[in-house]
Amino acid sequence: MRNWILHLGTLALVAVLLVTLPPYHATNLARILVLVVFAIGYNLAFGYTGLLSLGHALFFAAGVYGAALPVTYLGLPQLPALIAGLAAGGVMAALVGLLALRTAGVSFMIVTLMFAQAGYLTLLYFNPVTGGDEGLVLPDAATLLPGLSADAARATIAFALFATALIAALVIVQSRLGRTMVAMRENEERSRMLGYNPFAVKLAALALSGLFSGAAGAAYALLFGYAGASFATIQYSILPMLWVLMGGAGTVLGPLIGTAAMFYLVDIAGSYTTATLLFVGVALVLLILFAPKGILGTIRERWLTWLP
Amino acid sequence: MTNLITPTRRTLLKGMGAGLLASAALPGHVFGQAAPIKLGFQLHRTGIGAAYGRWYERTAQAALKVVNDAGGINGRPVEIVFEDDATDPKRGAEVVEKLASQAGCDLIFGPLFSHVVIGSAPRAGELKIPYLVCSEGYHVASGMLNRWTMQPGITDVRAQVSSMAPWVTQNLGKKVTMVYPDYAFGYDHRDFFTEAVKAQGGEVIAQIAIPPTETTFTRYLPQIPTETEVLYHVMVGPAVLTFVKELGDFYGSGARPQIFGFIDSLEAVDTASPGLEFLEGTHFWEAHNRVKQADASEAETFYRAAVGVDDNGASVSDAADVATYSHMFSVWETLSVIKKGMEAAGYQGPADRQKFVEAVEAMTTFDAGQDHPQGDKVFNGKTHQVFGHQFISKVEGGKLMRVHQTAIEDGQYADAVDYSTQSF
Amino acid sequence: MGFGPFLLLALMESAVTAATLALTAVGLSLVFGVMRVVNVAHGEFFMLGAVSAWFITTWVGGPAWFSFLVALAVAPLFVAALAALADRIVLKRLDYEPEATIVATIGLMYIFQQAALSFYGPQAMPVEPPFNFRIQLPWFGYSAYKLSVIAFATLVLIGVWLFLTRTRAGLVMRATQVDRETAQAFGIDVDRVYAGVFALGAGLAAIAAVLIVPIQQAHYLMGHDPLLLAFITVIVGGLGSLRGTIVAAIFIGLSDGLIAFFWSPTLAKIIATLLVALVLVFRPQGLFGARQQ
Repeated sequence: MRNWILHLGTLALVAVLLVTLPPYHATNLARILVLVVFAIGYNLAFGYTGLLSLGHALFFAAGVYGAALPVTYLGLPQLPALIAGLAAGGVMAALVGLLALRTAGVSFMIVTLMFAQAGYLTLLYFNPVTGGDEGLVLPDAATLLPGLSADAARATIAFALFATALIAALVIVQSRLGRTMVAMRENEERSRMLGYNPFAVKLAALALSGLFSGAAGAAYALLFGYAGASFATIQYSILPMLWVLMGGAGTVLGPLIGTAAMFYLVDIAGSYTTATLLFVGVALVLLILFAPKGILGTIRERWLTWLP
Repeated sequence: MTNLITPTRRTLLKGMGAGLLASAALPGHVFGQAAPIKLGFQLHRTGIGAAYGRWYERTAQAALKVVNDAGGINGRPVEIVFEDDATDPKRGAEVVEKLASQAGCDLIFGPLFSHVVIGSAPRAGELKIPYLVCSEGYHVASGMLNRWTMQPGITDVRAQVSSMAPWVTQNLGKKVTMVYPDYAFGYDHRDFFTEAVKAQGGEVIAQIAIPPTETTFTRYLPQIPTETEVLYHVMVGPAVLTFVKELGDFYGSGARPQIFGFIDSLEAVDTASPGLEFLEGTHFWEAHNRVKQADASEAETFYRAAVGVDDNGASVSDAADVATYSHMFSVWETLSVIKKGMEAAGYQGPADRQKFVEAVEAMTTFDAGQDHPQGDKVFNGKTHQVFGHQFISKVEGGKLMRVHQTAIEDGQYADAVDYSTQSF
Repeated sequence: MGFGPFLLLALMESAVTAATLALTAVGLSLVFGVMRVVNVAHGEFFMLGAVSAWFITTWVGGPAWFSFLVALAVAPLFVAALAALADRIVLKRLDYEPEATIVATIGLMYIFQQAALSFYGPQAMPVEPPFNFRIQLPWFGYSAYKLSVIAFATLVLIGVWLFLTRTRAGLVMRATQVDRETAQAFGIDVDRVYAGVFALGAGLAAIAAVLIVPIQQAHYLMGHDPLLLAFITVIVGGLGSLRGTIVAAIFIGLSDGLIAFFWSPTLAKIIATLLVALVLVFRPQGLFGARQQ
């Protein structure tokens, strides 16, 4: 019960912030919410199932282009395109999982990284279609929801997507599948002996993770009007990992906290120093030294042990 | 060597303070209580474009000082808010947001890299804030962007490339092999140069695309056909010098074709670097002559001194710090256009942004002079693109000496878009 | 140019790639094998090696061969000291916990990049090769320096091998790799071993970088590609197997060079990347590794 109160309360707070914050921060929040969906997806694979992937940029980019290509070439309206992007992310993750899940640990990390690298090069190779490194400009966000301004439509869709993703994640981690996922992370051998099929569980977790990542990619492209190959670079595989670790791996609200913290760390550092990278680097090192479970993970460990 | 941590706001205030002091000392330049006009600058301070970003920032600071010393814009002082976009399209759009909504800038200018421009322009259009890019990409004039995005400071790559073809085919040879990066920027070169060479009765006999992740190039060089008369090369990024050096190793003292390169292959690199001796006698496109030519105008001398560039194109304080001279003038000239446009529009505040865009669209020619040290230009208000002269230089004694100047018409092409009919 | 000369050129190029890759990857492999640390900052140690070589050659001056030799001696020592320091200040306190060290080394990566950007600058700058001799073959010319890189890298690798197999320090390192607890029980100061291994790994990357910097240039983002390639090499070779790492470096160097002849370059890169990924998928323990527990 208190779980639901906490999470619905968080949703309400986010909704209030979206409406009341000054325009700059409101738009930032809409961006952050979409990226949080990406982080929630990453967290399902990494935080709960223990799959350390460096290939999630591929799933995000699959969402970006799964939505952008039909909009550009088939004139598909934006909302159905969002579904197309979500599906593209899920399918891509399932395909990668079928092969990559034969490996584990660091090998899994490298194999996913290489698939993502191949995906990035493929986007460049099909430059006439994808726009390659320059990318494609998508229709104005003002056409997203009839009757709403671009900013209002963006906030609405970002919030709806975030709320759905958060509740879905909460349901998943509390379900039988969620508990099996954690069992995989803690001790794969033991869960195998208990009659689970580790491969199937991990594949399901990765595909779910891909659905979230794809949805986030599609939404990011459609809401902000741009699709480009840069979304498939390794940077976009490292970022969700950092967001999740900063917020707290294996916590439902961690991705929200981590993504927002990281976004504003870069944003604020940029106003005071030209050495932005130094700020980010030092913050990461301090975080891992003094709060290795991330912000929410540390809170859970010390005070709120019931947090999902 | 720069300071590790430079509080940008403080520098800004110091700069402003200096401007105000100067204005107080000179009667007639009193800004009074007028609030400053704030210009946002989307800067490639980190990421792959950092070598350009550093010089873009210096050029912007120099141009700003000149504008403020001359009384600002519409009697108001001007300040520039620099924000790093990490040469990344996603961060670029966020920076546009930040400069427009948080810093309250009147307009935004300055980005070079195409993907940043294309990723940011949609948001600038939505926010209805003028977005003046210094990018040389063909994406403005192709109609891909929007009415708020303009490129009044630098000729686009399509025009640059097309205007090279006549001289290259007449003076260097008709059978051309092209080496270019295997992504959008390279394709603009491939497509427009191939077309222009054909129009001149020449032929591109081989096109060698180099993948973007490559750091060494020797193994691509054997693909250059032996009957090649002209080797056309254009590379960007930190590995460019490697490419040129390996080309030197490959041909060495043996017979080689004529070599024609875009200076992008050597931007921010000293042409007298060890291993580049073979470049002697080869030719380069330049948008602005890095080495001060004998006939340099007064405006050119003034610009060079203001930005802090010596006669060889390096920083006056560090001879190893070579400028991105063929690109950075666009920042200076864009600021001149901003000043002119704001004065023509009677610009008072963000409510006049639309009037500003219309005022720039109404411009047709820019005269050479202190506002436009690179030379005179023609501005096309429909395509939002400017066209200027281009130069071909030859390496003589390790220095780039101009041998040809194109006419503006050499690069012009039929309009692909009319932004001025689009709604705001 | 005919097929023969082309093949010769591709082979020579591949050998240069393989030689420097082997050095970088052996450094990474040692760190992973002994410490179980995935060092994401390894590429930055490579970059720092190149950047410090630029500073050293600029400061020392004199004939090119002299300043280059000074750089070759000093730059790796400097980078190794920096790595030992990072180990003491950060990694040791994390108790070498795998996920924590990944985050920490990502943090170090950003810190080193910013340091290079602030103190060295954003541009790529060259270091003069110790000698500028070109070998003119009937079909093309080739830099003799590049060939000397292959020879020197081989010498260093032999040195590393001798060090690990013939010296007490090497023995201690290998013992720690096999069983940390037992090594500790036998009175080995594991902390010192770890600091030493981390320094050695970084130093090897720096040597590779000093060798490469007269061919490519020092640039603050140059660590990215060597990092990816070295990771792939270590995994393909089999975790903790130095022999495997070297064989994999040769395999990857060659496949990269030769595939480019048959397909358009970007397509070749895609194929090469997928090929290596599939090797791992169907042989997860790598070419020479024992299956992981």
